[in-house]
Amino acid sequence: MVEVLRDKEFLVKEYLETRGLYSHHINSFNAFIDSDLKKIIQQNHAVRSDADPNFYLHFKNVTVGHPQVDDGFNVTRNVTPQECRLRDLTYCAPIYVDIEYVKSGMKYLRKGFIIGRLPIMLRSNRCCLYQKSDAELAKMKECIYDSGGYFIVKGTEKVILMQEQPAKNKILVEKDSNGVPTVQVMSSTVDKKSKTNIIFKKNLIYVCHNALEENIPFVIFMKALGVCSDQLILQMVGTEFAIMNQMYPCFLEGSKLNIYTQKQALRFIGDRIKKMGFSSEDYDSRVITEVHDFLSTVILAHIPVTNTNYHMKAIYTSIMVRRLIFSLSNPDLFDSKDYYGNKCLDLPGSFLSLLFDDTFKRFTFELKSVADKNIPKVKATPFDIIKYIRTDTITNALVFAIQTGNWSIKRFRMERHGVTQVLTRLSYLSAIGMMTRVNSQFEKSRKVSGPRSLQPSQFGMLCPSDTPEGEACGLIKNISLLAHVTTESEDDDAVLQLALNLGVEPVGLYSVDDLHEDYMYLIIFNGNIIGSTNKCIDFVDKFRRCRRKGIFSKFISIYISERHKCIYINSGDGRLCRPYLVVENGQPLLTNAHIDDLKRGYCTFQDFIDQSLIEFIDVDEENNCLIAYNEEKIVPETTHMEMAPFSILGICASVIPFPHHNQSPRNTYQCAMGKQAIGTIALNYQHRIDTLQYNLWYTHIPMVHSKAVPMINYDKLPAGQNATIAVMSYSGYDIEDAIILNKASVDRGFGRGGTFRNSKCFLRHYPNQMMDSIQGPIIDNATKKPIYKHRALENDGIAAIGQPVFDKQVTINKATPKTITVEDVGGDRGFKETPLYYKGYDPSYVDKVMITSNSDCFLIKENFRQPRRPEIGDKFSSRHGQKGVVGLIVDQEDMPFNEVGICPDLIMNPHGFPSRMTVGKLIELLAGKAGVLEGKFQDGSAFGGATVTDISNELQKHNYNYLGKDVLYCGIDGRPMEAYIYSGPVFYQRLKHMVADKIHARSRGPRVLLTRQPTEGRSKDGGLRMGEMERDCLIAYGASMLIIERLMLSSDVVEMDVCKLCGLFSYSGWCHMCQKSNSVCRIKMPYACKLLFQELQAMSIVPKISLKKYCD
Amino acid sequence: MDNPIIMNKYSIERTLGNEIKPYNYDEFVKNFKINIISRSDNDLEFDLVGIDVAVANSLRRVIISEVPSMAIEKVHIYQNTSYILDEILAHRLGLIPLKADPRQFKMKEDENSEPNEHDSLVYEMKIKCTKKDLDALAHKQFISFPVYAKHIKWLPLGNQKDIFTEKDVGIISDDILIAKLRPGQEIELKMFAVKGIPKDHAKFQSVCTAWYRMMPNIKLLDEIKGNDAVLLQSCFPKGVIGLKSVKGVLIAFVEDSRKDNSSRNVFRYKQFDNKILLSKIQDHFIFTIESVGAMDPSLIFLEALNILTRKVNSASESALNQTEI
Repeated sequence: MVEVLRDKEFLVKEYLETRGLYSHHINSFNAFIDSDLKKIIQQNHAVRSDADPNFYLHFKNVTVGHPQVDDGFNVTRNVTPQECRLRDLTYCAPIYVDIEYVKSGMKYLRKGFIIGRLPIMLRSNRCCLYQKSDAELAKMKECIYDSGGYFIVKGTEKVILMQEQPAKNKILVEKDSNGVPTVQVMSSTVDKKSKTNIIFKKNLIYVCHNALEENIPFVIFMKALGVCSDQLILQMVGTEFAIMNQMYPCFLEGSKLNIYTQKQALRFIGDRIKKMGFSSEDYDSRVITEVHDFLSTVILAHIPVTNTNYHMKAIYTSIMVRRLIFSLSNPDLFDSKDYYGNKCLDLPGSFLSLLFDDTFKRFTFELKSVADKNIPKVKATPFDIIKYIRTDTITNALVFAIQTGNWSIKRFRMERHGVTQVLTRLSYLSAIGMMTRVNSQFEKSRKVSGPRSLQPSQFGMLCPSDTPEGEACGLIKNISLLAHVTTESEDDDAVLQLALNLGVEPVGLYSVDDLHEDYMYLIIFNGNIIGSTNKCIDFVDKFRRCRRKGIFSKFISIYISERHKCIYINSGDGRLCRPYLVVENGQPLLTNAHIDDLKRGYCTFQDFIDQSLIEFIDVDEENNCLIAYNEEKIVPETTHMEMAPFSILGICASVIPFPHHNQSPRNTYQCAMGKQAIGTIALNYQHRIDTLQYNLWYTHIPMVHSKAVPMINYDKLPAGQNATIAVMSYSGYDIEDAIILNKASVDRGFGRGGTFRNSKCFLRHYPNQMMDSIQGPIIDNATKKPIYKHRALENDGIAAIGQPVFDKQVTINKATPKTITVEDVGGDRGFKETPLYYKGYDPSYVDKVMITSNSDCFLIKENFRQPRRPEIGDKFSSRHGQKGVVGLIVDQEDMPFNEVGICPDLIMNPHGFPSRMTVGKLIELLAGKAGVLEGKFQDGSAFGGATVTDISNELQKHNYNYLGKDVLYCGIDGRPMEAYIYSGPVFYQRLKHMVADKIHARSRGPRVLLTRQPTEGRSKDGGLRMGEMERDCLIAYGASMLIIERLMLSSDVVEMDVCKLCGLFSYSGWCHMCQKSNSVCRIKMPYACKLLFQELQAMSIVPKISLKKYCD
Repeated sequence: MDNPIIMNKYSIERTLGNEIKPYNYDEFVKNFKINIISRSDNDLEFDLVGIDVAVANSLRRVIISEVPSMAIEKVHIYQNTSYILDEILAHRLGLIPLKADPRQFKMKEDENSEPNEHDSLVYEMKIKCTKKDLDALAHKQFISFPVYAKHIKWLPLGNQKDIFTEKDVGIISDDILIAKLRPGQEIELKMFAVKGIPKDHAKFQSVCTAWYRMMPNIKLLDEIKGNDAVLLQSCFPKGVIGLKSVKGVLIAFVEDSRKDNSSRNVFRYKQFDNKILLSKIQDHFIFTIESVGAMDPSLIFLEALNILTRKVNSASESALNQTEI
């Protein structure tokens, strides 16, 4: 009998609290700063000059400081993220290096030299928020629930999204687009990336690579690698009958080409490498070195080669071929690209290190060319390289890349757009939802199902619900609550050593054909063959024990692939893994006593990991585990147990109560809608000046919430309210998902919210010593009050705090000098008005004004707020993908009421249920009702939570109907309604789509200059388009005059003179062509038509208009 | 009644009763009665018997939507450095119930006219939080200083100070939380309360709510005894079903069907099928008025009656005055 663990979800809570919700971003950035940065600088540490062999510049000992701001006059001070947000600064820290260099033959050492500034990720170990208490964070005006993990670049918050990539250094057998069986390896090392294919084509096997002009027969490739004997080649691939059969034609081809020796093979390959032409002398030796170079560093670049000893490469290649041949007869052996073990996630850290590597190389190259150019020159002062070190090369490259999201690294031919995105602060959920997002590299427009559909291996790693609808469906994913993304491990050498100690024998020790014996397992460490063993189970077992003992990192995975006859050990970064409870002998090692200790604070989650009661298992290793769902499901073979089943969901899906009762797409819809729900975006929302911010005045903690809700702090920053709803039809204004609101509820604050909008302006200095200025309001002489336009302004020309501003009123009365160029010094000193206007149908109130200076100019930011009371047409939604607009707002006396006098806040039409099958919502209502009566929050966790029977009994206990259906009296006629009405509290979200932002109508208005047609779009007060389909209707109806009226008279009618003789336009009643006036007629036509004719004339095409009498 | 409203398992059977019976004044006078069941300062529960549902509902509707009361309508904010935005603060202040008796005030004719002693009440609130205030709080765990309704002071207009005292027109509950302040923050504002009707805004409601329910009637069609009787008792609120012991066997009987609240949980159990009849008496209304505190609930009821009478009068007047076409 297995002891049932109580409160396992407490483990999840503890885990998320100690680790932080979004640690993968922050960990990877920390890893970048702490190790990658150092490695990059070490690799490129020296700058030498061709001009002077004695000259050198060495970079040593790199460190990154704390974020600073340059306030001009070389004054720097530490800066908080909030200040950067407000002042449109970049949150970046200086990169210090110690440099050693030669100046006029002397060696100099300079310590702490700044080579550039690095944007710092919030909450990383360089951020000033790192390990700060809540009070300290509050002092810095920072939200304590903010996720961090993003950058602030010029005032905007930018996230480097996680990118999904095919895993590196893995052998994948699959069919290419033409159905040709291919085995592919994407090699990747720090400085090389390459892709090697071995294809099976017309019964022959070829090696392909981008650097090769044509495919190389496999046998010749092997010979080039130094395996010249055909027998040896065959032994390497395997001596099974199937292999011999397939290899036979390959050998034939090899002999047909008359290539027997390594040199011949090398030359054969050399002729086929894409290269510039060699000069004819010593052609031969150059080619040979070239091919050696190709074989050792380009093809299968991840396998290290020392001294042209290609033995490992030969074995690796033959293993590839072996897998290829086996998969020909057994299609099961094809690998799936979509299997998540064959994917890895690129984190911000790896993106930054790629970029930094590239920019640093450019930086050193620039220094080198400066040195090359300047050292030969004879100058009065000796050449001092320090003067040529420009800090902005690195700073600008990093800032620009993060700002635009364009990652272009020429060395790897990488040109990627949209790597970074602006952190959406529509709601708290949208912001933290962004930190878990995984972007895929697939083409969005391609209609493929494979990469989009859920793969069983994603279970527990990626949220099954949270993905957008439409073209990016399944390509953009979100990682689950417990999923962890590994960062590069530092223990590689230790692992290697340990593997050897545990009995792995290097490949060279055996004769090659022994490798393919049934009992032999190859051991592949990060894609490299390190040896083999014949005691596979034993080895893996010992290895795992060592991991549990903490001899090396917990995140290093090991698994046996029976299919491949391989043991894979992976320590690389970007693998998804997840903590599980370790089960041994049918008993979880973690006991209730442990959980109790954790609750009392006697130990931490990390202790459990250290004691290996809990273990991280990655996607690959899951294949070797038998993971029980709960204690009941444990069988003797079980190796692990799930910590909490609800943790397979992501952050956005964790908010849904009873998601396991809903039809699955509804959960997906809610994941998208939760991000649009307005609420409190962060605790510091009043200190922020965002372009657009929504907030809800009175947010509630949901009556029914899941165990995950407090973990993601949704209960502290909620976005919605518990509305008492009645599921019934009312008045017909509730069709098509429309909802009915109770006016009294709205009066009392239901759904009330507001928007904050900012406007900003810069006051610039101009070359002619002039500067933008702000001028006071113009006073009307008659009334002695400011004119309407300037009514919101104070004497300083900036709108006063608390002041209402109406449409077309000035909020900052800025004026720009009439002349600004250097030539105009002493010219016109006058100003022209360039004020900032407020635009909007409804007034706003000035919330905040901030005056500050940026690096080169003054910056004024204003924040306006606008209260928004719910009105007809505003969008609301429950947490079950059930959105609807307000159809009617009903007075309280017309609303139905129940026997205890409660009338609903909101009426929802029951037709929303049958086709949507959102049973979760029905249960939420029931549970909510019981919770209200009992006075406690109800649990609606996924795969758990309260049961309907319990809830019903609770209702009955409080003398309510056990089905949740009440007798409601009609508010209009006063009689009890015939049906019993399902009513109770449901958490409703107000979505950001509001009528006030979209309402638009126009009678007359602005027109486009070129075509004289009405402008388009609400922002430009545009017309409402009568489009093609509307036109089709009128044609079908035969309403020709209406068409003329709509399309011409009300749009761009123009009266033109046309000559009926020549058919060309005449002007002022005179035809210049015919030199006549009596042939000229005046007709009405669309201006666009007139424009077309004239444009055609301009390109020498003469359109002629032939006129006829209407009656003819 | 002859035609009660029967509650079945899945729906209510509404047979038409009084609605089609011609109205008879004498019968009405004979049958109509009001029984006051319970009353306290703010709550009133009474039975309205012998009346058509339309009249009862009209009274309910009038109480909810047309009985006027006083509420803060305009707020002049001189200083507000608290975290509560001006609009939210004004909205919150508007919802604070006032003690003032609306009958002593007139409706404001022009909403932009200067407030005067007959149509307005003026209040002010000046509060500034200092560190000392915060430290002085009894509950040390507070990190902010709560501003309660008791901080609102009434400013008499004109001769108001001769007529009213702060007790008559002040705030009903002292402990309504308005805002929270941190040291250095202050609120200074002036509030203008006017008379209005709840149709305009729910803050003018003089009741928390007012509603009625129809008198439940429970009939046992068959004898229910033993364990079933205990079960039956548990299906209803306490006191609805009584148990008596007849020769050692428990037998259920209807003790007080008034206490039933239509939870219909008997339908959950098969053994009670066709053994019990739940119904409602059509012309017996259990009416509850929960006053906010400005007016006595009975006065609110009378006020509603007055309004209803005025409405009926003006309707009949206009019907009489209608010239034939």
